[in-house]
Amino acid sequence: MIKGNFIDNLPKIYGIYTGGFIGFIILMAIGEQMGMSSKAIGICFVAFTVFIYAVIGWLSRTAQASNYYVAGRTVPTVFNGMATAADWMSGASFVAMAGGIYFKGYGYMALLVGWTGGYVLVATLLAPYLRKFGCYTVPDFVGTRYGGNTARLMAVIVLTVASFTYVTAQINATGTIASVALDIPFQYAVYVGLVSILLCSMLGGMRGVTWTQVAQYIVLIIAYLLPVFWISNNIGAGFFPHFMLADEVARIGELEQQFGFVKNSAADLKTVPKGLAGITKAHSEVNATPWAFISLALAMMMGTASLPHVMMRFFTTPSVKAARKSVGWSVFFIFLLYSSAPMLATLSKLALIDPTLPTGIIGKSVAEVQAIDWYQNWNQANLMFVSDFNGNGTVELNEFFMAGKAVVLATPEVAGLPYVISGLVAAGGMAAAMSTADGLILAIANAISHDVYYKMVDPKAETAKRLTVARILLVVIGFAGATIAAMEIQGILGSVIWAFDFAMSGLFWPLVLGVWWKRANKEGAIAGMVLGLVSGFAYLIWVRSGGSGFLGITQLTFGIFGSTVSLVAMVVVSLATTAPNAATQKMVDDARVPAGAQVISQK
Amino acid sequence: MAKNAQHWEKTKGLLIVTLVIWAIFSMGIFLFGAEMNEVTGPFGYPLTYWFTCQGSLGLFVILIFWFAGRQEKIDEEFGFAERGDD
Repeated sequence: MIKGNFIDNLPKIYGIYTGGFIGFIILMAIGEQMGMSSKAIGICFVAFTVFIYAVIGWLSRTAQASNYYVAGRTVPTVFNGMATAADWMSGASFVAMAGGIYFKGYGYMALLVGWTGGYVLVATLLAPYLRKFGCYTVPDFVGTRYGGNTARLMAVIVLTVASFTYVTAQINATGTIASVALDIPFQYAVYVGLVSILLCSMLGGMRGVTWTQVAQYIVLIIAYLLPVFWISNNIGAGFFPHFMLADEVARIGELEQQFGFVKNSAADLKTVPKGLAGITKAHSEVNATPWAFISLALAMMMGTASLPHVMMRFFTTPSVKAARKSVGWSVFFIFLLYSSAPMLATLSKLALIDPTLPTGIIGKSVAEVQAIDWYQNWNQANLMFVSDFNGNGTVELNEFFMAGKAVVLATPEVAGLPYVISGLVAAGGMAAAMSTADGLILAIANAISHDVYYKMVDPKAETAKRLTVARILLVVIGFAGATIAAMEIQGILGSVIWAFDFAMSGLFWPLVLGVWWKRANKEGAIAGMVLGLVSGFAYLIWVRSGGSGFLGITQLTFGIFGSTVSLVAMVVVSLATTAPNAATQKMVDDARVPAGAQVISQK
Repeated sequence: MAKNAQHWEKTKGLLIVTLVIWAIFSMGIFLFGAEMNEVTGPFGYPLTYWFTCQGSLGLFVILIFWFAGRQEKIDEEFGFAERGDD
C-alpha cells in the first residue's frame, strides 16, 4: 500500500479511512442500542483506533536514515499541517485545556492565544530557514551553525529537559484515558499507553509518526467537534455553536450572579479529594491583570517556537516554500479545535449549572446527585465530588468539584449524550496524547542517536546500526517517561506549560539569532543555552519553594526570565569573542535564500 | 552579493510588518482587556472574550498565509524561488 504513488493517493487513502472511522462510530451506536455495555464500547473504541495506528506504523517501517529522521522530506503541506496539529495538540489541549478554561476562565484563555500565536514566530523566524539548512534534528542546526560538540550537546540537553517534562504529561494523559476506558488501575494503564505509543514510532521513525499523526488528527478532531455540535443542538443553543453561544455565555454570567461565588472554609476544602477544583471564577469576565494574561501568552508563544518536536515537523516538507505554507495549515487545523474549546467549556458548564435544564445539578438534592450513574463512575475514579458543606441538603455551586482533566471526558455523559460519544471522546483524547508523545519521544531519541551517538561518538556507524541505536533509545526513553508519569508529580497542564518555559529559556535565542544575527558565535550560543536554562530552572525552584518572584513572573512563565538572561548572555559573550569565520557566515547566507541545495548534505 | 543583500532587506521588512500585526493581536489588545470586554463583539460575545476564543486565533491563520504569499513574491522577484510547484 505504501509504495510509489502513495503520496498522490493520500487524499483517497485518508478519505477511505475517515469514512471507515465514521462507519465504526455508527456501528458502535447501533451496538449501544442493542444493549452493548458502556465498558465494552469504551474498550472497542480505544482498542480499534490503537490497532489502526499500529497497522499504519507497521506499514511505514523503513531502513533508510532520511525516512527515519525526516519522513523522506516528501510530506505535502496540508498533510504536514494535520500531522503537526496532532503532534502539537496533546493530552493538554484535548483533555485539559477546556477544563482549565472551565475553572479559571479568562486567565487560562491566554493559552489559546499563545498556542496559536507562537506559529507566527515559527513561520517568520525559523521554520523556512531551518528547513533550508537541511538538518535532521534541532541540535543538528545548533551544532552546524555554531560548530563544535559543546554547542550541539547543550542543545541536546535543553531539548531533552523540555521534551521529557512534556512527555511525562502525555503519558499521564494516555494513562488517565486508558484507565477510565479500559477500567484498569492508572499505574498499569500508563504502560498500556506507552506500548501503544511505541507501536507507532518504533519501525518507521518520523515516517511512521507522520502517517499515524494524520490518522490521529482525524480521530481527535471528530471526537472533539461532534459533542460540541451535538450538545449545542440538544439544548437548543444553536446549530453552529461557535457563532451562536452569546446568549449562553451571558446566561452563565447571570447564574454566577444569582448563585454567587461562596468561599469554602479550609476545613471543608480538606475533605475534597486532591486535584479537584470548584467553579470559583467568572466564565467570561476579564479576571486577570493585563500582564498576567500577556506574560502567559508570550511565554507560550516563544516556547512554541523553541520546541524541537514541532520544529522538526517542518523538516519533512519537500521545500522551503512548502514549509512556510505548512505552518499556515498547521494553525488552521489547530484553530478548528482551539476555537471549540471555550464553546465546549460554555456548553458543559451550562448543562451542569443551569437548574432549568434537565441535566443541571445545582439546586438538586445531594442524595439525588450522588445517585446519578455518571457521578458515581467519575467519583469512583476520584475525578468528581459533591458535598453538602452548609448542610441544607441541596447541591450549591461551591459544593461541586471536578478534576480539570475530567471536563472534556465527562461532558458527554454530564450533558446526557449516549455513551458512544464518551467512547469516541476517549479515543480522541488517546489519539491526541499518543500523537504528541510520539513526536516528543522521537525528538529526544533522534537527538541522542543522531547528534550524540552518530555525530560525536561513532561518526562512521552504518545506517543499520544508527537506526538500531535510535530504536533502542526510543524504548528506553519511553519507559523512563512512563515510570515518572506513574508518580504523578505535576498535573497535565502544569507540566506542559513548564516544558514551554524550559524550551524558550534555553533554545529560543540561539535558534533565532542563529538565522537572524550573523555575528552570533559558538561561545555566545553556549553561554545563552547554559545560562538561560540554569537561570530559568533556578527561578522555578525559587518560586516553587516559596520565593516571591519579581515582575509578576510566576512558575508558569519563568521562561520569560530564563530567555531574557539567555539573550543578554548570548549578545554579550558573542560580542566579547571573535566573529564566526567566513564559512559559517556563508552558511547563514545560504540558509536565507530558498533556492539551491540544502546547507548540510545528509547521508 | 548585492542581490542577496536587497533580498534580505525586503525579507526583514516583511518580518517587521508581520511581527507588528502579531504583537498587536497577541499582546497589545489585551492591555485593554477589561475595557474592551464591556463592548459587544462579533456574534454578540463580549469583545475580549471573542478575541481570545476566535478573533486573534483566526487572524494568526490568515496572517501566516498572507506572510507566506508575500515572502514567495519576494523570493520570485530576486529569482530565489525554488523550482517545483508543491
